[in-house]
Parts: sequence; C-alpha cells; structure tokens
Amino acid sequence: MKKGLKINKTATKDYITYLVVIAAFIIITFMNRGGMLNKRMQGLLVPVCCYIVMAISLNLTVGIMGELSLGHAGFMSLGAFTGVVVSQSLITAIPNDVIRLVISLAAGAVVAAVGGFLIGLPVLRLRGDYLAIVTLAFGEIIMDVINCLIVGHDSEGLHVIFNFRGDKTVADLNLAEGGSAIIKGAQGAVGTKTIATFTAGFIIIMITLFVVLNFVRSRSGRAVLAIRDNRIAAESVGVDVMKHKMIAFVISTTLAGMAGALYGLNFNMISADKFNFNTSILVLVFVVLGGLGNILGSIIAATVLYILPEVLRGLQDYRMLIYAVVLIVVMITTNNPKVRGLFLKIIPKRNKTEGGEAQ
Amino acid sequence: MKEFQKGKMVPMPSTALIPERDLGKIPVLECIHVGIEFGGLKAVEDFNFTIGKTEIAGLIGPNGAGKTTVFNLLTRVYTPTHGTIMIDGQDTKGKTTVQLSKMGVARTFQNIRLFSDMTVEDNVRVGLHNRMKYTTASGILRLPSYWKKEKESHERAMELLSIFDMQDMAGLKAGNLPYGAQRRLEIVRALATEPKLLLLDEPAAGMNPNETGELMENIVKIRDEFQIAVLLIEHDMKLVMGICEGICVLNFGKIIAKGTAEEIQSNPEVIKAYLGNNSMEG
Ligand SMILES: Nc1ncnc2c1ncn2[C@@H]1O[C@H](COP(=O)(O)OP(=O)(O)O)[C@@H](O)[C@H]1O
Ligand SMILES: [Mg+2]
Repeated sequence: MKKGLKINKTATKDYITYLVVIAAFIIITFMNRGGMLNKRMQGLLVPVCCYIVMAISLNLTVGIMGELSLGHAGFMSLGAFTGVVVSQSLITAIPNDVIRLVISLAAGAVVAAVGGFLIGLPVLRLRGDYLAIVTLAFGEIIMDVINCLIVGHDSEGLHVIFNFRGDKTVADLNLAEGGSAIIKGAQGAVGTKTIATFTAGFIIIMITLFVVLNFVRSRSGRAVLAIRDNRIAAESVGVDVMKHKMIAFVISTTLAGMAGALYGLNFNMISADKFNFNTSILVLVFVVLGGLGNILGSIIAATVLYILPEVLRGLQDYRMLIYAVVLIVVMITTNNPKVRGLFLKIIPKRNKTEGGEAQ
Repeated sequence: MKEFQKGKMVPMPSTALIPERDLGKIPVLECIHVGIEFGGLKAVEDFNFTIGKTEIAGLIGPNGAGKTTVFNLLTRVYTPTHGTIMIDGQDTKGKTTVQLSKMGVARTFQNIRLFSDMTVEDNVRVGLHNRMKYTTASGILRLPSYWKKEKESHERAMELLSIFDMQDMAGLKAGNLPYGAQRRLEIVRALATEPKLLLLDEPAAGMNPNETGELMENIVKIRDEFQIAVLLIEHDMKLVMGICEGICVLNFGKIIAKGTAEEIQSNPEVIKAYLGNNSMEG
C-alpha cells in the first residue's frame, strides 16, 4: 500500500514539473501572439529556455550526484560554438532551418559529451572536490582556446586557424570566393544566421526533463544517489562508483552542450567571454536557490532570476531591493520542505502567477 | 516471528542438509597468513581462518582487537599487506571492493551505513544493482527491459524485506527508521547482492534483548534459507555462543583461540583477555 503511495508521489511530482513547463509554454505563446510581450521580453524567451536547461543539467551534477562543478558554462560554450560552426557551414547544403537546427543541437551536445567524458576520466576517480577545481580551469581554458580560433567556411569546406600568437586574421584563412568567416577569434562568432526559436527552447527543456527525471528513477540514477549518500556502502553492494558518476556527469554536460548550441544560434554575434566564470556561477546560483536535487526548483529559480533583472529595469532604485526579496522568497519556497509542500498544493494558481511574472 | 514468504527465496541451489554442517570441498572463505600494518602498527597479524559453505562463525575480541579491520580486509576496503584471501576457491589478489561484492561477499557496518536519504525499498534495490541489470539508455527511454526489471526488482525487494517483516516500511526514508530497523535493513540490503558469505559487524548492537533474540533466529533462518555462510562480530555472548558453530577470538590483531562455543568458553586465555571482564556485557 505504502509502496503505491510512494510511486504515485514521485511520479506526481514529475508530472507536475512537466505540466508547469507545458502550461508556461502555452501561456507565453498566446501572450506573444496577442502582442503582450515587448521586444525585450521576446528576446529573453530563448535565452531563458537555455538557462533552464543549464540549471536542470547542473542540478544533476551538483544536486543529484553531489559533486561541485564550477565550469558548466564551459560546456555550454563548447556546444554554442560547435552549433554555430555546424549550422553556418551547412547553410547551403541544408537550407531547411529546422533540420539544420536539430543537427546543430545534436552536434553541440555530442562535443560537450566528449568534453565531459575527457574531464571526468581522470577526475571522477578521485575522492574530494577535484571536479570543482578542474571544471573551473576547464571553463577558463575553453574560453581562451575559442578566443584564439579563427574559423571560416567556403566551397572547399571548413578552414580553421589556431591564432596562438594573436597575429592572424580572417584574411589568413584564404577563403575562396563566396566563403565567409564563422568565428573571428576574440570577436567570437559573427554573422550567424539566427535560427533558434522559442518552440525549440521548449522542446529542449522537455528533452532535458525527460532524460534527467527518467535517469534519476532508473537503476543507474539510484546508484548515483546511493554514492552521494554513502560511497563506501555503495561500493560494498557492488556499485561501480566511477562508471555511474561518469554517466551522470556526461549526461549533464551533454545537455549543457545542447543548451549552448541553441543559445549560440539565437544571436548573430556571440563571443566566448559570454560563457565565463560568472555565467557558471549564475547557473550554480539557480541550482542552489532552486534547491539541490529539486528540478522544478531549478526551473523556477532560473526563470525568475534570469528575467527579473530585465523586468525591473524600469523601476531603477527599487530594482535591487525587489531582486533581493525575490531571491529570499525563492530560497524559502524551494528549500523548505513544508513550504514546498504547500507550494505544490497551490500549483495551478502558481502557473498563472508565473505567466504573469514573465509579462 | 513470521515465516518467510516461500518462493524465489533461495538464490542458488545447494546440496546442504540443514542444520547439518556442510563445510564442502572448497570453503567459502579461506584466509592464509593474512595481515595488515598501518604505519608499523600491526592491526591484524597472521590471520588464518576458514569458513565452510553454510557455516555460522563468530569473530569476537575486545574493542580495538582488529575485528572490523578483518571485515575491511575481506571486502578489500583495505588491501592486505600479507597473506592470501580466497573466496569460494578464488584468489582475491588485486580485486576491488566492487569485484568482491560480485564474487559473493556482502557486509553490514558497525556504524550503520544506509543510504539514509533514500527509501527503504530503494536501499534494497541498490543492493540488487548487479542482480537486476538493464542499460542506462533503456532506463532513460523506458524500454520494455526497464519495466520488466523494475517490476522484478520491486517484487524481489519486497520479498527480501519480508525476511524481517519490513514490507510496510518500504516507502519510508531509511534515515528515519528506528535503530534496530536500520540494522535489519542493512542485512536485507546485503542479502540483495546474493552473497555466498555474509559479514555482520555487531548486528545486535543497540538492540534490546527481545530484538536480539529475534535477530538470532533470523540469522539462522537466513543461513538455512539462502544456504550461505555467515561471519559475525558481536559482543553479545548469548548471541555468539547461541548460534555460532565456530568461534574465533582476536586480541591485539592476533588469533588467540579458535573452536566451538564450549571450547572458547573454557579457554583460560580467552577468559583472561576477553570473557573474564566482558561476558556480562550487552
Ligand atoms: N585505517 C586505519 N589506519 C590506522 N589504524 C587503523 C585503521 N583502521 C583500523 N586501525 C587500527 O586497528 C586497530 C583495530 O581496529 P578495529 O578493527 O576497528 O577494532 P575492533 O576489533 O574494535 O573492530 C585499532 O587500533 C585501530 O586504531
Ligand atoms: Mg569494530
């Protein structure tokens, strides 16, 4: 009997999370059609989706696996520039924006997955907070590496220069007639055809939810939770600690890469500095304030805290005051189990409020 | 005490006639000159010990004698600096804790180590980790193998919990269980790995006499039903003398006596080192 209750509880929580996202998407889409969103708000729609995916995926590493990552933006960056390069170089080959977007997101995800695997390989076998240190360094290194990249595309294919000494320019790519630069070193990606859409953002959130929630409720996810709770006991019942941490970490970086690719394809210019340490910390703040291991909390924290500073821009003096109050409210509602229980009960009301906040 | 749910309880066939002792041709555990040093301190020294396939054995001795260290050696939490440990005829040299679990050694901990934020059932399901397998991909995509194995592991977990009549607690958070129940859950989780050798580190610690009595019956029942060997560390002499077919006494890392309960109880060295001032404890 109790068992039935328990399954229903976790499943219900998952369904609520999906429902909140779907409802928010529908409401915002209608508001947008009805002309209720101004230009600035419209511009925030895709980025907020990307940051929600970033927060959920980081929650897998920090909240569920219990390891600190300080370089999640580095994986977003890998995904972003991979996505941009793939999309721009396929423009003539695949004119259909939707198909090209799907391929670019997949490519961004794969490259970030490989990055996560290579970082995890030496680090995840160690005990202690080494992941924090190494991901911190990784984020900085990736930024420097991309700042040195000059990439262009022409009829012959991709041209890449690693501008190590800083003395090369786009001219050194020797692009044929009709070719164009995709990444111009420290200027970042330029002239990107923006193909990201709010619908795509909604879909990647749903994919992320599906992957993360199903993972946590599976054999491998339980192993990860067990390792976090008690590593020695987990080993004593035969759980391969390295393997399951690796699986969780690679899932986390893969999703960050996918989010990055969509983010990169949302702007016609973007530089690697966008994905710096501050961005990693921003996402970490979303996760911590949303509640470690609390996926719905991550979504709400990312949405509110990303959009709020923009909404409050008109209020000038009161901006930081209101921001601080909201921070505290988010912290209390998502971290305190009692308040959270109450909050789950009033979820139907909450949907509307959330739509309202996005206005 | 409740009867076990009959059915799929016996994980592997055995020819043993219980309660007749079956040492078998190959002992389930064989320690030959095993020892470990921590920076010069010989925590365990020249440990020679054998357990038969369905034997219940006891490891006793004063605090700090090295009993828990022996368990850590048997599960490769520590690597022995000397000697050989054989499990079911296989050398454990170079093996990891995870490999030893797969070879059939399961344990509980003196200081309870549950997955305290997880439910009781999920604790047992983690114990089933290597017995109910499906790939991560089929778990995420919820392919048929996921549903099939999840159903099986739920049934198996409930069956295992029924050993201690704990099915009703399945949905509770493990960390919120009363002390005795936590100790029992650790045993259930260990059994989920389908061990050949079950190591219990002070299983009756903190239990009242009633609980201890039930635990004694249950340990014997587990041995009979699962046809496994049990090695237990315990200070409660009533429990040790009551169910252990062979007892080994450790003092300052060395074995000072081995034998049946009667032999141990009348051994002057054991009385001097341990029983004399300790027999009333617990
Ligand atoms: N990892 C370790 N490092 C150093 N000394 C240890 C370690 N583990 C155990 N010991 C020492 O080994 C001795 C035996 O400890 P233990 O096996 O826990 O005793 P007990 O018989 O009470 O279970 C103690 O003196 C303890 O300090
Ligand atoms: Mg001990």
